[in-house]
Amino acid sequence: MLWKSADYTGWGRVLTATGEVARPERQATLAAALDDALAPAMGMRRSYGDAALNDGGRAIDMTRLDRMLDFDPETGILTVEAGARVGEIAAAFGPKGWLPAVMPGTGFATVGGCIGQDVHGKNHHHAGSFCEHVTAITLRTAKGIVEVTPEKNAALFRATAGGLGQTGVILKAKMRLTPCKGDVMVVTERRMTDWDDFIAHLDMSQATYTVGWIDATAKGAALGRGILEEGETGSGLMPTKIKRRKVPLDAPNFALSSPIVRMFNNAYYRRVPEKGRTVVRPISDFFFPLDKIHDWNRLYGKRGFHQFQCVVPLDQAPALREMLAEIAGSGLASPLAVLKRMGPGRAGYLSFPMEGYTLAVDFPNRAAARELIKHMQARAAEVGGRIYFAKDSLARAEEIPAMYPELDLWRKEVAKADPDGALQTDIVRRLKLRGAK
Amino acid sequence: MNRTWIILGATSSMARAFARAVAETGAGVLLAGRDVEDMAALATDCRLRGAALAEVVAFDARKPEGFAGIVARMEQEEGELNAAVFVGSMPPQAEIDADPSLIDGTVTDSFTGPARFLQLLAPVMEARGGGTVVGVASVAGDRGRIGNYVYGAAKAGFATYLSGLRNRLTRAGGHVVTVKPGFVDTSMTWGLPGMFLVASPEKVAEDILKAVRKKKNVIYTPFFWRFIMLIIIHIPEFIFKKMKI
Repeated sequence: MLWKSADYTGWGRVLTATGEVARPERQATLAAALDDALAPAMGMRRSYGDAALNDGGRAIDMTRLDRMLDFDPETGILTVEAGARVGEIAAAFGPKGWLPAVMPGTGFATVGGCIGQDVHGKNHHHAGSFCEHVTAITLRTAKGIVEVTPEKNAALFRATAGGLGQTGVILKAKMRLTPCKGDVMVVTERRMTDWDDFIAHLDMSQATYTVGWIDATAKGAALGRGILEEGETGSGLMPTKIKRRKVPLDAPNFALSSPIVRMFNNAYYRRVPEKGRTVVRPISDFFFPLDKIHDWNRLYGKRGFHQFQCVVPLDQAPALREMLAEIAGSGLASPLAVLKRMGPGRAGYLSFPMEGYTLAVDFPNRAAARELIKHMQARAAEVGGRIYFAKDSLARAEEIPAMYPELDLWRKEVAKADPDGALQTDIVRRLKLRGAK
Repeated sequence: MNRTWIILGATSSMARAFARAVAETGAGVLLAGRDVEDMAALATDCRLRGAALAEVVAFDARKPEGFAGIVARMEQEEGELNAAVFVGSMPPQAEIDADPSLIDGTVTDSFTGPARFLQLLAPVMEARGGGTVVGVASVAGDRGRIGNYVYGAAKAGFATYLSGLRNRLTRAGGHVVTVKPGFVDTSMTWGLPGMFLVASPEKVAEDILKAVRKKKNVIYTPFFWRFIMLIIIHIPEFIFKKMKI
C-alpha cells in the first residue's frame, strides 16, 4: 500500500507527529503520489525538532529514492536522488579522491535535507554552506517540475536553499564534490584551556576542517575549556569497516545527571594529552563521530532532548561567553557541546550561517532546560544572532523576523511556488514562517 | 577473478540492496526486470559504487521467449557467472479466492518463470565449472497458511527446485543458496498490519552475501526465523489447521 498511518518524531524525540506517510521506491510512484496531492517531503529526520514533521497531514519519506544518477569526473558534479545520504556518498567517493564539498555532523542526513536546511560543516569558514555547492535542484512545485539553478531562477533557488521544503519536493540535485587526498583524516587535537584560548585558536586556525568540543559544565577559570580538532584529508591504509553499535534501550534519566556529565567531560578533556596529539582516523569517524552509535538519541531516555544552537556575529564573542557561563552555571548541559567559527557563506534567504561564532549544546528535556534555552534564544536575538531551524523546537514566532531579515523575500517566493500551503510542516506553523495565516 | 551477477527482479527493495552490495565488491551486475527506466537509475548507482559493469536487461518472468537472449548476453562476460533471483508476486489471498486464474501468474512469477530461466543458465554454469545461484524463497513456503497459501505453495515449489539445482550444480563446482527471508521492510510490506521483527533490505543483502561466501545451503534472514519456522513446522496438523497465524 502507498500510504500508511504512522507516528514519528524528530531526532530529539520531544516533538511528535501522527499522519499518513508514503515511502516510494520509484520516481514513478512518487510522481503519482504527488499528482494526487502535494505533500511535504522528509528524509532521515535528523532535524531535532519539528522541521520534518507534519502532524495530521501527509508526508513523503524520501529515503528509498537514494540513487546516485550521474558523475562527471571533469567537473566533479554528482547528480543524486534527494534521499541519498551524505555518508554513503562520502563512502563511495572518498576512496576515489572525492568528497561532498560540505558535510554536516551526521552522515545519515539526506541530500534533500541538507538542501532544505542549507547545512554547514567543519569547513564552513572556507567552503561556505551546502547549497553553495549545489548547482541545480529538480523541484516538484505546485505548478509541476522545475529545474532550479542559482543562475536561471536565483530567487527560487535562494528560497529553496535552507527553505525547509516549502518551495516544493526536492526530487534530485546536482552537487559539486571536492577533491581530497584519500579517505583518511589526519587530525590534530589540542586542549583549549579556557574561553579566550579557544577563541584565539579558532581565529588563528588555517586548517581545512576545524571543530571544537567544549565542556559546557566547566566554570570559573576553566570556563570555555575544550578540545580543538583540526583535520586534513590524507591517504593511507585504515580499517574502513567501522563497528556500529546500537543503543538497546532508553537510558535512565540519571545517566545524564550533572555529576556524571561533569565526570565524563573531565575525562574526555584529559583524554587528549596536555601537549596535544596528531592521530589518523577514518574519514567517517572524523565527520560523523556519533553515527557509530546508531540511535544515540535514545541515550537521553524517553523524555528526549533539545539542542540549542545559535550563531552570533564576530564582535559578540563576549556575549556568547556570558551565555556559556549561564549554561555552565545551570548544570543542565549534556556532554555534547560544540564551538566553531563560521564564515559568511550562506546560499538561501533562511540559511543559518553568518560570519561569527556558533555554539551548540544538547540538553535533556527538562522544564529548567527548556526555560534556559528560551532565555538563550532571546539573548542570541538581542546581540544580532540567530538560531538554527534544524535544531529548534522551542523558539517563538515573534523572535524569527529579527533573526532572519530576508524572511519576507522567502515568503514571496514560497507563496508563488506553493500557493495553497500544501507543503507546510509543523515548524512552519509553529513559527508562523509563512506569515500570519 | 572476473565475476558477474544477473539479478532477476532488480527493482525490488531486497534486490536493490543486494545489487549495491555486490557492486561494492567490484563485480559486474546485469539488472533484469520490467521497469527499465527505474533499473537504469540503479545501474548508474551501482557503477558509481564500484561495479565493473552495470547494465539493464529487460526480463519478464511470464515471457520465457526472452530468456535465451539474456543467457547469451551473460555468456559474453568472461569468468564466473552468478544469478540472484528476487522475482515473485503475492496478490492478496482474497483476490485469488475471487479470481483463481491469478494462481497461474503467481506461480509463474514466483516459481516456474525463474526456474525456466535457471534451467537455461545451468549448463553454462556447469561448462564454466562454478558460480552461485541465490534463490529467494520465503518462510511462507515452509507451511501453507490461510493468509497466503498460493504464494506459499509457489515459493515452496521454488525452494524444492533450488534444492535439486543445488544437487546438480554442486557436481560441477557450482553452488545454490536458498534464502528464506522473514519480514523485510520493503514497499511490499509497507503498512501491512501484524509485522514484527522487521529487517532492513540492507541487512538481508549482507546476510545473503555472507552465505554466498561461506557456501551456505539454506539460510533464514534474519537468522532467528529458522527457530520461529522450526516451531511452526512442528505444530501438529490437527492443531495447526485451526490456527490463524
